[in-house]
Amino acid sequence: MNTRRSYFIVTCIAFGFAFLYIPILSMVVFSFNASKLVTVWDTANSPTLKWYYSLLHNDEILDAAWISLKVAVVNASGSVILGTLAGFGLARFTKFRGRFTLNAMTTAPLVMPEVITGLSLLLLFVALEQTIGWPAGRGITTMTIGHMTFSMAYVTVVVQSRLASFDTALEEAAMDLGARPLKVFFVITLPIIFPAILSGWLLAFTLSWDDLVISSFTSGPGSSTLPMVVFSKVRLGVSPEINVLATLTIAVVTLMIVGVSLWMARAARVEKTAA
Amino acid sequence: MATPGVPPAATPVATSGGAVKAAPWKDPTARPYVEVEHVCKSFGEFKAVDDVSLKIYKGEIFCLLGASGCGKTTLLRMLGGFETPTSGRIFIDGEDMTGVPPYERPVNMMFQSYALFPHMSVEQNVAFGLKQDRVPKAEIAERVATMLDLVKLGSFAKRKPHQLSGGQKQRVALARSLVKRPKLLLLDEPLGALDKKLREHTQFELISLQDKLGVTFVVVTHDQEEAMTLASRIGVMNHGEIVQAGTPSEIYEFPSSKFVADFVGSVNIFEGKLIEDEPEYVRIASLELGATIYVSHGISAAPEATVWAAVRPEKVFMSTAQPEGTDNVVRGAVQDIAYLGDLSIYLVKLPTGKVVRVTQPNTSRHAEAITWDQQVYLSWDSSSPVVVTR
Amino acid sequence: MKRTRHLQRVGITGRGLVVALPYVWLLLFFVVPFVIVLKISFSDIDLAIPPYKPLLEWTAKNSLAIKVNFNNYAFLFTDSLYINALLNSIKVAFISTILCLLIGYPMAYGIARSKPSTRNLLLLLVILPFWTSLLLRVYAWIGLLKANGVINNVLIWLGVIHEPLTMLYTPFAMYVGIVYSYLPFMILPLYANLEKMDWQLLEAAEDLGCRPYQAFYKITLPLSRNGMLAGSMLVFIPAVGEFVIPALLGGPNALMIGRVLWDEFFSNRAWPVASAVAILLLIILVPFMMWYQSVQARESAGAQ
Repeated sequence: MNTRRSYFIVTCIAFGFAFLYIPILSMVVFSFNASKLVTVWDTANSPTLKWYYSLLHNDEILDAAWISLKVAVVNASGSVILGTLAGFGLARFTKFRGRFTLNAMTTAPLVMPEVITGLSLLLLFVALEQTIGWPAGRGITTMTIGHMTFSMAYVTVVVQSRLASFDTALEEAAMDLGARPLKVFFVITLPIIFPAILSGWLLAFTLSWDDLVISSFTSGPGSSTLPMVVFSKVRLGVSPEINVLATLTIAVVTLMIVGVSLWMARAARVEKTAA
Repeated sequence: MATPGVPPAATPVATSGGAVKAAPWKDPTARPYVEVEHVCKSFGEFKAVDDVSLKIYKGEIFCLLGASGCGKTTLLRMLGGFETPTSGRIFIDGEDMTGVPPYERPVNMMFQSYALFPHMSVEQNVAFGLKQDRVPKAEIAERVATMLDLVKLGSFAKRKPHQLSGGQKQRVALARSLVKRPKLLLLDEPLGALDKKLREHTQFELISLQDKLGVTFVVVTHDQEEAMTLASRIGVMNHGEIVQAGTPSEIYEFPSSKFVADFVGSVNIFEGKLIEDEPEYVRIASLELGATIYVSHGISAAPEATVWAAVRPEKVFMSTAQPEGTDNVVRGAVQDIAYLGDLSIYLVKLPTGKVVRVTQPNTSRHAEAITWDQQVYLSWDSSSPVVVTR
Repeated sequence: MKRTRHLQRVGITGRGLVVALPYVWLLLFFVVPFVIVLKISFSDIDLAIPPYKPLLEWTAKNSLAIKVNFNNYAFLFTDSLYINALLNSIKVAFISTILCLLIGYPMAYGIARSKPSTRNLLLLLVILPFWTSLLLRVYAWIGLLKANGVINNVLIWLGVIHEPLTMLYTPFAMYVGIVYSYLPFMILPLYANLEKMDWQLLEAAEDLGCRPYQAFYKITLPLSRNGMLAGSMLVFIPAVGEFVIPALLGGPNALMIGRVLWDEFFSNRAWPVASAVAILLLIILVPFMMWYQSVQARESAGAQ
């Protein structure tokens, strides 16, 4: 390949990644800055862990984190079930009534602006409350329902694409040997696509954990999630505790991604050589 | 399915494969083990299988041979229960199995990609089918061990599929499909993924295994060499139909149409008109050939009909001296020679422009080898040509 | 022939049950809400909880009457705020998409062309920010762009400038924020498309006398069209309705429709008007969503 062109590409990549990571790195660096102004480095007292200490004792943030965690776990688990069913149906059943609609409904949430989804969900809950009395006020339940609705679209995409590259001969072989379709799914298909389902779970978890807009629309008093608390703090300007939060988040995400990628690569290698 | 020009039954018919020594398909009282009755399969507008009827007998190795898209795989999948016929019926051992799903059929399939379960060991793979049948654990262990020994993989029991070579995976797939002692075993291009040497070796292994266990095989392949080696009978398919079914030698020596003659092995086909039509012989005038062809058996065709005479390359004699007689003799110039070690292929161009393919074994090294542009005479025995009417 | 047909044997009820659960869920919690939004966009504001007049009313004759009222839509078109916000949002989203394409294409290309070992690492590096909270990453730019932020501090320390630049709460900040946040959404579909390319086509072209740049324009670019479209849709459509970035980086003058919706909803409690805005936004975006769907369908059909 033309070396001149490859220099161009390499510089583009370098700048691109610098662009992506400098903000992240700056947040991490300044989490150790003693100054309350965050971006003005206080050389006398930094680096320090005092903001870490303060964050981990900030009740407002801790409570919000706990709520976020609950919602995210329930959301991820529910989305995985719904998303796997939808993904399986779309990948395996070539024709059924409502296929077009289901396909549209599982791809629309991926691109739709969140304000629209959030707004519509809020109006739904209000209308439901008026007509049948449930849900009585908005809170964790309504938030979870809202999250699940858009998370399952992502899980569907992940599962569907995994199943598309899955060798259906394995399922046929199992049926040929006497296993009924339901058994085939649980004994053959599911164990093999498990890494994809796991990554779908993690994706749904992360989407819920980070979500601001839909949470704001569908939450009620006393059910503020972590992003909602962060947003209200951040509207007023920078805050060192948020830097700490960012650093912790990045650390966890990095570990998670590296771990899952290694696992998935190993599993894919196993199945490919078995065929 | 009539094969014009098939001589009376006195001619010995060689079969290479199968536990079938006598030819039950010739016995009108023999009960077929698998019967396919006017089966059609359409996918929308497309007719994949078009009115196929077959009788397969117990212990046979029956090969479905054809190019890709001819419908052979669809037919196999219908036998396995993965597709339902659009019309027609399928009987296995006397029972109507047309709509029965694969997990309820006494039929097992060996998949082209082997389809070994990657998350299970070799042992667990082979035991899978028995577990579905709720066979007691002790019996499963015993049967699995016996089967693995039979395919010579006894020491690989605990390995996972990704730790096996191609040939080993194939044997596991075979073991897995045979351990349930199915009435019928379906094999989808079983030797396609193997290299040439391994293929030959496996072909004979398959035959001996089948002989030992007495299972009826139906094999799908596009490789005619594979079909000729394995099969007790071959069904040649084209455009969803069975165009001819018979033993390998019947198919090769007595093809029923131009298509079959051309598909299995190479052949020279000369178009001509029937000028003499007698019960014991026919004479064909061929403009293509620039000579007359005398065939020493009768055929059933309309008078003055256009027919085609098919002569296999190995049955053509090539000589520098002019042979006797005017029938079955032409002259031409050697256009091309391909030396393949054990034999040589000669392409000889006739004055009419037609190119005739001749193969000769290299039986000895003589100084008088035939070279390019040499004028030669081609001739053949009057029993060699096969006359087809379509 | 794709062999997914073996599961057609599972009866209609079996298949129906599998897809029924997600189908009903989405119908109830995704589609029905939009119908409600539509209805409310036709109703009047009310000083009540909820802040809109009921749609279905029993008349004296005991029959249902639906009060449909186009006031809200009329209001949208008379008050220039909404139209301006909408047009501005589209403009911002469009420019951001182009910028993402310009930055993201070389990156995706470079990753697709790199050795398999480096490729996985690079992909990981692209995906990592995507999994980190958008909110936090946008927050990072506040720290970078403000008056005593990192960029200004560095530039002053280097002596390049003497007064801090005003970067925060400007359109510039908003563009930076949007491009930054949506870049992975452009890179990943582009990469997926470029990865499948047969690079020997370029070699064949060069062998036939094409210079490298020409080969790129004539072969690589057209073949990556689907990837570019998919990435562009994934950036453009959500960017039109983006709220967080304008709210945190754009300042009070940033007129984006997502923000207008939020303010109408929470601050002004003008739910019917907000619903009308949402419907209008949907109408504009649905064609793009359908375009995205068809691009995806074409891409997966081509892959078979």
